[in-house]
Amino acid sequence: MSAVDGLHRPGDSPLHRLRPQVKIVALVAFTCAIAATPREAVWAFGVHALILAGLFALARIPAGWVFTRSLVESPFLVLALAFPFMVEGPAVHVWFLQVSEPGLWAGWNLLAKATLGVWAALLLAATTPVAGVLAGLSRLRCPEILLQITAFAIRYAHLTVAEVTQMRLARLARCDDPRFLWQAGALARSLGTVFIRSFERGERVWQSMAARGYTGRLPLEVGPAPASALQWTAAMTAPAVAAAVAAWTAVNA
Amino acid sequence: MEDLALHIPTDVIDGPTSLVTALIAAIAVAWCTVAARRGLDERLVPLAGLATAFIFAAQMLNFPIAAGVSGHLLGGALAAALLGPWLGALCVTVVIVIQALLFADGAVTALGLNVANMALIATFTAYGVIALALKVLPRTRWGLGAAVFAASIVSVVAASAGFVLQFWVGGEPVGQSFGAIAGAILGTHVLVGIGEGVITAGAVTAVAVARPDLVHALRGTPLAQPAPAVKEAS
Repeated sequence: MSAVDGLHRPGDSPLHRLRPQVKIVALVAFTCAIAATPREAVWAFGVHALILAGLFALARIPAGWVFTRSLVESPFLVLALAFPFMVEGPAVHVWFLQVSEPGLWAGWNLLAKATLGVWAALLLAATTPVAGVLAGLSRLRCPEILLQITAFAIRYAHLTVAEVTQMRLARLARCDDPRFLWQAGALARSLGTVFIRSFERGERVWQSMAARGYTGRLPLEVGPAPASALQWTAAMTAPAVAAAVAAWTAVNA
Repeated sequence: MEDLALHIPTDVIDGPTSLVTALIAAIAVAWCTVAARRGLDERLVPLAGLATAFIFAAQMLNFPIAAGVSGHLLGGALAAALLGPWLGALCVTVVIVIQALLFADGAVTALGLNVANMALIATFTAYGVIALALKVLPRTRWGLGAAVFAASIVSVVAASAGFVLQFWVGGEPVGQSFGAIAGAILGTHVLVGIGEGVITAGAVTAVAVARPDLVHALRGTPLAQPAPAVKEAS
């Protein structure tokens, strides 16, 4: 396992068994439902969070893992914290601070939606292996050329990342002390070397492919498997509930 | 080099703005694919794949900046200088899509926005700056280094300016504070860009000394004053 494999956690839950294309569509639908929920409907965000928590439990993903991975959005939380002080509007007193009411709502909106969005994306990333995501995108008619490039990139990223790590270890073993600006020179030269190696490897890979008769198309006759209607129904239940909640709150707001 | 700050999460930018940007980004990426294939024809898939793997590795390279803060490259200027605008933008796009789908980094509904800022705006402005700067500066190690350094700063700031523009069109209406927010975002990214510039300039000159034919920005001509033969460090 390396950092290139994404956040996949192997398992055998109903969520792991769902076809990837179904999960991708469900993720997009769920994220749209989150985005469409009005910010004043606080309870609706609770419902969204409960749905996601239930799915995480179903996929046997521990809560601690989800929280650690959610930190990815932390830079945007600074923006969320700044909103109450920057947005104009009637002021309210919270504790001893004077903040604007629309600003508080804006901050809450960003915080809640960003967190829920990351959780939904984590659910896909955790239950679907890399190859599954690519197969799913292929079923969804994603341009084949982009998918092939992506597949190559992920396959060889293992190598390039290992090379970068190995160079760093080699430098450390030779008493390099990477800190602040002094590491920049060595780092940059390593990157240059990795680029030359990657490009040369790309040419070698192409020559081998050409030797085997490659003419610009991968001879793949076995496409990814289609999903049954049952799978589609099961997977779309969560986004459907979320969308219903979002629509209900929008109408009654 | 806080790259995460640019991966826009859910609903920071409203639906219509995201949709329009996604549409523009999709057309631009399609155009990049066509243009990159014209240059590489059937070599496109393996070479673009390996180049993307390289950008990926470059972004994985976390280095400590100060206590508790570590950064990594955005890679737009690096891709533009080494691979050219079309292939470069294509590779960074693939990296961003991988990060959104496999690492939950940036919302799927904001994918178009993230691709527009980090892959398209960053790479194309970087290439423009390098091409212009190399017309003025001498074609030496230092000239190339300075051009790439400037391009990195401009590209990072341009990418963040892309976010500021999207925020202005489809973000929270923040009224008079908009200037302050925009100033803070752009200011931070000037600093980010300087860090990115140092690393990128070093990497590109290292490649230019060893294999000038692989630096797209040099267009196949070696540097004017080649430095004494430098062996590939490993």
